[in-house]
Amino acid sequence: MSQSTEITSMASGSPDRLTGLRTFWHYFSVNRGAVIGLFVFILLVLAALFAPLLAPYAPDVQDKTAFLRPPAWQAGGSTQYLLGTDPVGRDILSRLLYGARFSLLIGAVVVTLALTGGITLGLLAGYFRGWVDVAIMRVMDLILAFPSLLLALVLVTILGPGLFNAMLAIALVLQPHFARLVRAAVMAEKSREYVVAAKVAGAGHIRLMLATILPNCLAPLIVQATLSFSNAILEAAALGFLGLGAQPPTPEWGTMLASAREFILRAWWVVTFPGLAILITVLAINLIGDGLRDALDPKLRRS
Amino acid sequence: MLKYILNRIALLIPTLVGITICAFAFVRLLPGDPILAMAGEHGVAPARYEELKEQFGYNLPIWQQYIRYVGEVATGDFGVAISSKRPVLEEFKTLFPATMELSFFALVFAMVLGIPAGIVAAVKRGSWFDQSLMGTALVGYSMPIFWWGLLLIIFFSGYLGWTPVSGRIGLQFFFKPITGFMTIDTLLYGKWDAFRSALSHLVLPAIVLGTIPLAVIARQTRSAMLEVLGEDYVRTARAKGLSPSRVIGMHALRNALIPVVTTIGLQVGTLLAGAILTETIFAWPGIGKWMVDSIFKRDYVVVQSGLLLIALIVMAVNLIVDLLYAVINPRIRAS
Repeated sequence: MSQSTEITSMASGSPDRLTGLRTFWHYFSVNRGAVIGLFVFILLVLAALFAPLLAPYAPDVQDKTAFLRPPAWQAGGSTQYLLGTDPVGRDILSRLLYGARFSLLIGAVVVTLALTGGITLGLLAGYFRGWVDVAIMRVMDLILAFPSLLLALVLVTILGPGLFNAMLAIALVLQPHFARLVRAAVMAEKSREYVVAAKVAGAGHIRLMLATILPNCLAPLIVQATLSFSNAILEAAALGFLGLGAQPPTPEWGTMLASAREFILRAWWVVTFPGLAILITVLAINLIGDGLRDALDPKLRRS
Repeated sequence: MLKYILNRIALLIPTLVGITICAFAFVRLLPGDPILAMAGEHGVAPARYEELKEQFGYNLPIWQQYIRYVGEVATGDFGVAISSKRPVLEEFKTLFPATMELSFFALVFAMVLGIPAGIVAAVKRGSWFDQSLMGTALVGYSMPIFWWGLLLIIFFSGYLGWTPVSGRIGLQFFFKPITGFMTIDTLLYGKWDAFRSALSHLVLPAIVLGTIPLAVIARQTRSAMLEVLGEDYVRTARAKGLSPSRVIGMHALRNALIPVVTTIGLQVGTLLAGAILTETIFAWPGIGKWMVDSIFKRDYVVVQSGLLLIALIVMAVNLIVDLLYAVINPRIRAS
């Protein structure tokens, strides 16, 4: 959010960061959904941070006397296991709390990788144009020519299954969106007066790209980063579900769903809760994304 | 128009080359020896290994291998599946109609609900209907569809017992496919009970696969409609005293649907990616499940050719959508 401050304060020409932040919050808080999303997201971050304190059990502890125990409010359940247990007697609530760590980690790592790659390539393509531009953007088009999940699957097949490789694959698949955005923004900004002025004042290529142009392209990037954050969580869960992402016994939500599949008609809770956790997380982030779009970029503001 | 079409096709050539390079590189990027990788878990005798190396041209320089590969693909030779020993293209042809049928019904589901909902939301902007629809659309957009499928199975198949859990049609029905579309074939044979069975197998997967496109289409229709409703010609039509339904139906809708057509076209990638998950959950015998199964069977010939064929389909559909767009929107042709 400090980045957004820069944009607003730069736009108004005022150096006062607090005013910018206040303007941002004013627009952001108009969107009730976005505020709810932010609240849920903060709760999730807290759950992830304090999982060892909050969770009643360790995520991999098995109770051999309590296989597939239903949740507390259903007949046969007890408050010992609030959301019930899985087929090998692990507490579902504890696993979900620890799982929040993986989902947020996935989102953060994927977005960081995709953002770094996309900004670098987009800046180079938009700033230098010519064959650099053609070469970079053709490769980006190519990545976008494949359905994202299919490409991620194939990449994981090459790299080998696992959480880290899944994150790499997803970052690669999401990265062209950033490159395209940055390229378009750089091309639009490049001929503006402030850039020309900086050039005349003797700024080098690197300085022009990173210090002069980039900060003014940030608004759409932040919105895209939010969308990619939730996309990354969904895709990583899908890979986990297919058995190619995080490997059991990791309490990653998609992986939890995969091992629960055969019990769907016998024990609804082992399937329902991990998926609900994914949905709530993704929804919260998408709500924040909508609010950010409204607050940061008047051009993208939804009618 | 002809110039536009040719230009548009010429732009595809680099992508086409890129796609073949990706498919070509895939087998060679796999860890270990490509022939051993393709041979799978059983391994291969040393004499046979040399023979295969010769046969696949792995002894040639890499660029000659690529040219050879493109030549094979261009003549329709996509290799032979390791696990089934059948030509990959033949397998693809039998499985692809299943994915087509599923995607078609998913898209129909998404359009039939999404377009009217988007129109009503735009016309009654800010109403409770608009707000709850946009809320629901965001939930749909955020849905992990593999979980959504499992939930629907729990409720409709497990709890209510209305629909079957998996497959395309009841096991008691067997007939030679004509079109490969179960719903059409059963009708062509005049078997009503088989048709009903096919339809009941289709409902849940189509809903699951159509959920994200539904959310996207509803949102897109709404915003396109809102934009058009603010235009001068709509105001003029209103000022002329036309009835609201005529203004919306005749003047606004026709223009609002132009961007919606593009959105629908762009859903093809989403549908094919979604088919991977949906088909896996419902044991639907289409190309998505085929790809996942092949990855686990280490049948890399299938994965390689499947990747290529799916990318070609997405490319072809995008081209068709672009051309359609140019037909309905003359401004595009000029630029």
